[in-house]
Amino acid sequence: MADKRTGLIVSSAPHVCNPVDTTSIMRDVLIALVPALLVSIYVFGFRALALTLVCIVASVFFEWAWQKFMHRPQTIGDLSAAVTGMILAFNMPVSMPFWMAIVGCFIAIIIVKGLFGGLGENFANPAIVARIALFVGFASAMTTWPVRANTMDPAIVAAAGDAMTGATPLGLYAAGAELPSKMSMFLGTINGSMGEVSAIALIIGGVYLLVRKVITWEIPVSFIVVVFVLSAAFGRDPMFDVLAGGVMLGAIFMATDYVTSPINPAGKLIFGAGCGIMTMLIRQFGAYPEGVSFAILLMNILTPHIDNWTRSKLNGVPKGGAK
Amino acid sequence: MSSGKHLKGIHVDHCKNTAGMSIVPMTLPEKVYIPMSQHIGAPCQPVVAVGDHVKVGQLIGDNAAPMCAPIHASVSGEVVAIEKFMTSSGRVDTNVVIQSDGKQEIAETVKAPAVTDKASFLAAVRASGLVGLGGASFPTHIKYNPSNPDDVDTLIVNGAECEPYITVDHMTMVAHAKDIVEGCKTIMKYLNLKRTIIGIESNKPDAIQAFKDVLANVSEDITVFELRQVYPQGAERVIIYECTGRHLIAGKLPADVGVIVSNCTSILKLQQFLATGMPLVSKSITVDGNIVAKPQNIEAPIGTKVSEIIEFCGGLTAEAGKIVLGGPMMGRAVPTDDYAIQKGNSAILVFDKVMGDKAPETACISCGRCVRGCPMNLMPAKLSRAYRNKDVDTLRKYNVMSCMNCGCCAYSCPARKPLNFEIVQAKALVMADDAAKKAKAEKAAAKEGGKN
Repeated sequence: MADKRTGLIVSSAPHVCNPVDTTSIMRDVLIALVPALLVSIYVFGFRALALTLVCIVASVFFEWAWQKFMHRPQTIGDLSAAVTGMILAFNMPVSMPFWMAIVGCFIAIIIVKGLFGGLGENFANPAIVARIALFVGFASAMTTWPVRANTMDPAIVAAAGDAMTGATPLGLYAAGAELPSKMSMFLGTINGSMGEVSAIALIIGGVYLLVRKVITWEIPVSFIVVVFVLSAAFGRDPMFDVLAGGVMLGAIFMATDYVTSPINPAGKLIFGAGCGIMTMLIRQFGAYPEGVSFAILLMNILTPHIDNWTRSKLNGVPKGGAK
Repeated sequence: MSSGKHLKGIHVDHCKNTAGMSIVPMTLPEKVYIPMSQHIGAPCQPVVAVGDHVKVGQLIGDNAAPMCAPIHASVSGEVVAIEKFMTSSGRVDTNVVIQSDGKQEIAETVKAPAVTDKASFLAAVRASGLVGLGGASFPTHIKYNPSNPDDVDTLIVNGAECEPYITVDHMTMVAHAKDIVEGCKTIMKYLNLKRTIIGIESNKPDAIQAFKDVLANVSEDITVFELRQVYPQGAERVIIYECTGRHLIAGKLPADVGVIVSNCTSILKLQQFLATGMPLVSKSITVDGNIVAKPQNIEAPIGTKVSEIIEFCGGLTAEAGKIVLGGPMMGRAVPTDDYAIQKGNSAILVFDKVMGDKAPETACISCGRCVRGCPMNLMPAKLSRAYRNKDVDTLRKYNVMSCMNCGCCAYSCPARKPLNFEIVQAKALVMADDAAKKAKAEKAAAKEGGKN
C-alpha cells in the first residue's frame, strides 16, 4: 500500500523475500522430469514426446478455461498445470489415444483440482486420480504396451512373440514368465507407462530436486525402503519390486506433491512408509499387478490426519504443555 | 555452553555493503526533534519549556513511573517547540524541538557517576537513558534489575547483528572491543554474574578476532561464542539457546532462565556513560538500500530527521519506493521521511519502487518451507489459515503466542503470503479474546457476589 502524499510503499515486514516462488518450484519439477522424458522418447519413439505435449497443452488449457469460467485470476503462469500434465502423460502407455489422454487431463485439472478450489486445495494428487480414472474407464487402452524390438530388453520382446504388444515386467511376474534383466529395468529399456520405465532417469531428476531443495528425502526414501523390505519379507525379489512399475516415479514425483503430503518430517516418513506398505500389499495380494497409484491416493486421503498426529511441538516445553 | 543442537532458521542474503565502513559522525542538523517515548513503558514528560536554553546531555524528559528511561538533549541550543505528532506506528507522541546553536556545549550535569554498589550502579544505568539498542527499546535499568537476581548467572552480549544490511554493531565491536569487555566486567561485578558470553555471527571474523585479542589476558569467565550464519541468531530466544542451551519460552523473561541479554552497543554506551557521564544522545545507524547514493555508517544526534540523514548520505539515485527504519526482516516501513531517529533505530534503508514492492500473493501449496524455517517450531501456514477463519481455538492450539515475528516464514514463502503480518494480527485476536473471556468471568463473578 502506498502512502497518498509521499507515494512510499508501506507494507509489513519482512521487506525482502527468498527468490524461490511457486513458479520456480514448478519449473524445477519440469526440469527434473526431462531425463525420464528423454529415455521414454528413446525407448518408445517420438509419440512419447507428442503424447507428453498433448497432455501439457490440454492441462494448461483446462486450467486457463477453469479460471476464466470461475472469474478468478489466471494461474497458468505458476506452471502447476504443466507439471500435472507431464506427470499424467508419464503414467500412460505410449499408445494411449490422444482423446483419452485429454479426458484424463480434464479429470485431473477440472474435477480433482478446480472443483476443490484450485491449487493447494485438492485433497488428492490430480495426476493420480486421473490415472486411476483412466485405468478404470479405459482399461484396455491403459494396459496395452506396444513393443519396440530394437530398444527393449530381449525378455520383453520374447514374451510378446509375434504380437505387436507385450507386457510390463510386473505383468510378466504375475504370469510367472521370464523377467527382463535388472540392468534393463534400471536403464528403462522395458515396457510400461512412458515415464516410469527408467529408474536412473527418475533418480537423476530426484537428486536434482533434492539439491534444489524442492523436495526432502523423507518420502522417497521411506517409500522405496519399505517396498524393498516388504518385498523381501514376502519372499519376492526386492530389487525387482523397487525397479518395476511406478515405484520410482511415484516415490520421487507423485508422493512428494506438497499439497497432498504431510508437512512435517515425521509425517512424511509415515506417509512414505504407508505408500510402500499399500503398494506391496496390492502387488502381493491384490488383483492388480501394480498398486502404486492406489497406495498414494489412499495416503493422500490420510494426509490431514497424519498432519494432525505429527503437529510441531514447541521448543523447550516439556510433555504435557506449557505453564 | 551450546548443546550442539540449533534452533531452526533461514539463510538470507547478508547484503552487508557497509561492512568495513567505520562510523562517521554526521554534520549537526539545524533542528532536532526528540520524541518523549523512545522506549517500552511510560512516555517521558518534558522537563524543559519553550525558550529554555539546553546543553548536550541535559535532561529534557523524564517520568517517575518505574518503566521509563530518561531522555536527554542531543544538541545545545534553544527549545523552540514542544509539539504533538503522530509516530510511524500511529500513536500520538510529543516532540521536544531544539534549534541547535552549533556550539555543542556540554551540560554541567555531565560527569562520571559515582558507582559503588548495585543500587548506585542501577541508578547510573537509569540516568544514562539507555534502552535496548538492538531494536526492542526495553529500558536497560529494568532489564538489569530482575526480580530473581540470585537465579541469574550469565550475561549474553548480543553481537549477532543477523539482520541483512546493518553493520553498525559490527563496526562498533571492531573499534571498541576493549570498552565493551570493560562494560561486561562492570555489569558482572555489580549484578554478581558468573560469566559473560559474547555471541557474534561467524560472518564477522574481524569482530570475533578483536574480542579474542582483548580477552587473551582476561580470565575465562568472559568468552566469545561464534554463532552460525543463520537468521535470526540475534533474536533473544535464539541467542540464549545457542549460547547456553536454555530454552526461553513465550511469556518468560530471560532472567527466568538465568540470563541477561544486552546488545553490544548498549554495553559500550553504558561503559562510556560510567566513564564520562555522557548519556545516550546519539545513535549509530547504517544507511543503505539500493538507491542511497553513498551507503555508510553514521553517528547521528537522536532526533535527526530521516530526510536529513539521507541527504547527508548523498541523497537518492532514484525515486524512493520504500523507507524502512530498522533491518529488512523486522524493520518498519514508514510513510514519510519526516520522522526523527530514536534510540532504538539502527538502520535506515531506502529501496526503489521495484524492490520496495511485494509480489502478489498466490495459493498456499503446503510446501512446508514456513515450518522448516520457524525457530520457534510453529506451523505458520496453519496459523494463517486459522487467522483467516478467525478460529481462535486453533490459533491457541498451534501456539500462536509463541511467535516472535522474526519473519522467517514470510521470507521463505513461495506463495508470497504475508504470514508474519497475519500472525501479528492473529496474536491481537487471541489477546482480545482472552480479555473478553476475562471480562465475562469477572462480570459473572460480580453478579454472583451481588446475589449473596
